Parts: sequence; C-alpha cells; structure tokens
Amino acid sequence: MVRFLAVRLSLIILTLLVVSVIIFMVTEVLPGDAAQQQLGQSATPESLAALRASMGLDRPAYVRYFDWIGSALQGDLGESLKYKKPVAEVIGPRLYNSVILLIFAFVISVPTAVITGVWAGVRRNSFGDQFVSIMSLVGISLPEFVTGILFIVIFASWLDWLPSSSILLPGTSPLTRPSILVLPTLTMTGVLFAYIMRMTRANVIDVMETDYVRTAILKGLPMRRIIFRHIIPNAMLPTISVIAVNIGWMLGGLIIVENVFAYPGIGSLLLVAIVSRDVPMLQALSLIIAMTYAVSNLFADLSYGLLNPRIRIS
Amino acid sequence: MMTNYTITRTDWTAVFRAGGSGIVAIVRTVRNIFTLALRTPAGRIGLPIVLIHLILALLGTWLAPYDALEHHLEHQLEAPSWQFLMGTDVFGRDILSRVMSGAGSIIGISAAGALLGIALGTIVGMGSGYKGGKTDEVVMRIMDGVMSFPSLLMALLVLTSLGKSAVYIILTIGVVFMPPISRVMRSTTLALKTQEFVQSARMRGEPVPYIIFREILPNTWSVLAVELSVRLSYAILLASSLGFLGLGVQPPSPDWGLMISESRRYLVAAPWVALAPAFAVATLIIGVNLLTDGVRQARRLPLKGTHP
Repeated sequence: MVRFLAVRLSLIILTLLVVSVIIFMVTEVLPGDAAQQQLGQSATPESLAALRASMGLDRPAYVRYFDWIGSALQGDLGESLKYKKPVAEVIGPRLYNSVILLIFAFVISVPTAVITGVWAGVRRNSFGDQFVSIMSLVGISLPEFVTGILFIVIFASWLDWLPSSSILLPGTSPLTRPSILVLPTLTMTGVLFAYIMRMTRANVIDVMETDYVRTAILKGLPMRRIIFRHIIPNAMLPTISVIAVNIGWMLGGLIIVENVFAYPGIGSLLLVAIVSRDVPMLQALSLIIAMTYAVSNLFADLSYGLLNPRIRIS
Repeated sequence: MMTNYTITRTDWTAVFRAGGSGIVAIVRTVRNIFTLALRTPAGRIGLPIVLIHLILALLGTWLAPYDALEHHLEHQLEAPSWQFLMGTDVFGRDILSRVMSGAGSIIGISAAGALLGIALGTIVGMGSGYKGGKTDEVVMRIMDGVMSFPSLLMALLVLTSLGKSAVYIILTIGVVFMPPISRVMRSTTLALKTQEFVQSARMRGEPVPYIIFREILPNTWSVLAVELSVRLSYAILLASSLGFLGLGVQPPSPDWGLMISESRRYLVAAPWVALAPAFAVATLIIGVNLLTDGVRQARRLPLKGTHP
C-alpha cells in the first residue's frame, strides 16, 4: 500500500509539473504582454522596453517560468492586471462561492443518482428502467447552457418563482440569499445526476450477472438482502471512482453554469480573465482548476486501490 | 531502431492502401449503423433525428425561408407567426432561417474536430506505443498533463492563444481530444504489436510505416469507430459551449451557442430567440447519443441472447 501511494503521489507531482508548464506556455504565446496591456495604445517602443525591464518581462521564458511557479508555490500568485489587486485577494471570495455551489450540487446529485441507479439496474429493462435510462440520456446530452436557459425561462420568466440571475453584492455570501443558488445548483445537478446514475446502473447490471448473485437468488435469499449485501457493495466500487472523477468534470460545467447565471465564482472570473487578457489571473485560475482536477483524479485512483486490493497489489 | 529512415514510394502505397481500406471500412460501418440502429428503440428514435440534422447541415442555407443575416428592422423580436415561424431576433432576423443555416457550421466543425482528434491521437498513440521505451514514457506523461485539464478549460486556453475562427475551433477540438484517443490507440497498438502477423512483418524486414499503417491500423477500425461515436457528441457539446461563451464562431454567424448567448438579454420578453437554437442543439446531441447507444446495444444483443 505504501508503494502504491508513493507511486501515485510522485506521478501526480510530475503531472502537475507538466500542467504548470502547459499553462505557462499557452499564456506565453498570447499576443501582447502585461506591459503592452498597461500602456495600451499610447505605448512607445522605449516606454514599453522600460516597463518590460522593470516588470522583469525581458528575461528569458524559462527564468520567468521558475519565478512564477516558485512564487505560486509560496502562495504568491502575482497581481491581477484588470483588478490591480493581488490575484489571491480577487480569487478568494470567488472560490468560496464556487465551492458552495459545487458542494450543493454534489450533495444533492450523488445520493439521488446512486439510489435511482440501483433502483433502475435491479429492474433492468422494466418500464421504469427504460424511462429513467432515456431521461438520463437526455440529461447527459443537454449542454449546461441549454438546461440553464430552460430553467430561467420556466422558473424565472414564466412562473416567476426564482431570480433569473445570481448576481451578488461584493462581500456577501450566497448563503444569505439562498434563492440565487437554486437554479445554478439544479443546472449542475442535471448532468451530474444523469452521469452517475448511468454508471451506477451499468455497474449494478454487471454485478447482477455474476455467479454469486445468481447463487444468492437460487438459494432463496430475500431480494432486499441480496441488493444490500451482495449487489450494492460490489457495484459501489467502480461507482466511487466515477464520482471522484466527476468532481473534476464538474469544474468544466462550473465555467458554463456560472456564466449562464452571472454567478460570481471562479468560472465567470475565468472568462473575464480571458476576455481582458489578464494573464496572471488566467494562470492562477487555470492552475487551481487543473490542480483540483488532478487531485480528484488521484482521489479516484486511491479510493479504488483502497477498496480493491487487486489493483493495489498489481 | 528507425533513425536513418526515409520514406520510399512503397511506403506511400502502404499509406494509401490503409486509407483505401479505411474508406471501405467507413462505408461498411455506415451500412452497419443503419441496420443495427433500426433494431433498438433508441436507434429508431436517434437515426431520424440525426438524418434531419444532416439534411439541414447540407441543405439548411438553401431550404431556409430567409437569409440568415438579413435584417427585417420593422419586425424586431416578433413572436412566432406565419410570416416568421419561429419569430425574429433583436435585428428582425428570422430565427428559423438562422437555426437552419447554423446546422452546417456546428456539425461541420464538430465532425472535423472529432476526426482531427482521432487522426492526431492515432498517430501519437500508435507511434508512441510502437516505439515504446523512453519516448513512449515521455509522450504519455505529456498526454497525462494535457488530460489534467477539464476539456473546456483546455479548449479555452488553446483558443485564447490561437484566436477565434472556425479553423482554430477545429484545431482546438482536435488538440483537446488527442490525449484520450492516443491512450486508447497506444494500448491497442501494444496489444497488436506482439501478435504473430506483426512480428512476421518485422522479420520480413518491412519498413516501420508499412507495419503501422498496413498491418496494425486495419485491425483498429472497430476501436476507432467506437471512439468516433463517443467523441462526436462531446465535440458538439464543446463547440456549442465555446460558441455560448463567445469564443467560438463570431457574430453575425448563425452559430447555435452564440445565438443562445445573445438571446439572454431578451429572455423575458422574447424567450423564442433562445428556445429555437436550444432545441436544435439539444436534439442534435440527444440524436447522436441515442443513435450510438442504439448501435452499441444492438451489437451486444446477439451476445446477450446466448447468455444463460
């Protein structure tokens, strides 16, 4: 187990290194640098060169990379070009808002998806199963911006139950106005629910076809006992890693959902950073999102290894 | 091992032959899709939806009642009527015409992006898997790194550095899809590499491209077909999401994602502006997913039938 852990951890560090290089390279080729950004149209070649020198932009790329990653490791993410404030200060409250949204979506979708998945898998090919399966296929097919817009049209403009946008006063927590959280959470839940439910159902069906479940049925065990003792523990094994992988997957959805509802999280901030070419902000946000993604993948790997000795040993 | 190698004429023949067998495989696959899809309920619903979208993609601009870019300024934000079946947008442009004309770009971009991703992934995966050793190790680490980004974030980063145009969107989708496909193709190649027919080709002293394209590639078509079916709906999702975020095809093009994004300001007064393209993109992805699900189910059916 220690060996397994050590291998996985060293791999993740290597991966994060590659990730940081990719982020740096991509943002490096962006047209116009920070100095150009600050001086705008009025820049003369001389003033540009002077500002570049004072900002350290005239140094070779690899020096700047190590400079950037070195300070990032110490928690210094640089200064935002758009907000003229330290990046960490801008990201902090936004990150908090996004995490709240993620937690709500996760807590709602995971248990319901697992229960529905088991329910449908056990009744394979029944009417209920077919209905749930088709609905979940629709669920994974609908892009978040389509579901989000539909929810706004239905719940905000027709029924007038909920606000159509989730704009917040700076410095306030979304928890003080829970109504703005409902539609973004519901939108995030849709895809997540459908995906986890489909995986759970598929796993349950796989387990149902094993010899030990057949034996359990043939020796006359009550169905309830078979489901809870034989099917669920075995079907949960692959499902848990699917759920962990989904934490990362949700981050992509976050970018869309926050932009649909103008929710002040890191997803909407990312788009602002892209549009305004705020390179330090873009780098920091990409790093945070990629790191979360990598760590949740690691978690998926570890949980799988922890629960399944066959993987751990080989 | 393959350091001082120059490509000779025979190798190009091998490449062309591989391409030829690819076309044969594609024709056979399309025929199979039709027969297999019609065996399952999912396929029977999915196939007509996809066909309608394909017809729109090819003939949409021509069939549309109006020009997608034509302004009818006296008919701004009008509700659906006989004159404008799906209403008009803020410039008085006919929504139905815009949706119909937009099918071609989204389907073309997604399909081209998915195919590019498959081509890149195949080359990288097969090359890396066949070469093995240190090169393989390094290439796969880099692919892992690229895969450590949620695909939308990766696409946003690549697109930001490239710029906004249809070609760049296709490129972006290709780059984002390359790593997962290369992993699949790598493991397929690793499995095939040790097979006798590959070994004997190597013993005969066949050049490496010949072995890769003529011996290994033809045996991977089924893997590639599965990949393509999975990637296609992801590509549509990605391309329309990029459009929605304003980083895809630029206005005034009738891009579905972009149309939905532009409609947000009038959502309360004129929801039809958003609903028509939303319906179009939703049915397209649902159709593709139903169709591929149906085909997959149908392929498994005879197997399940023999199971006790």
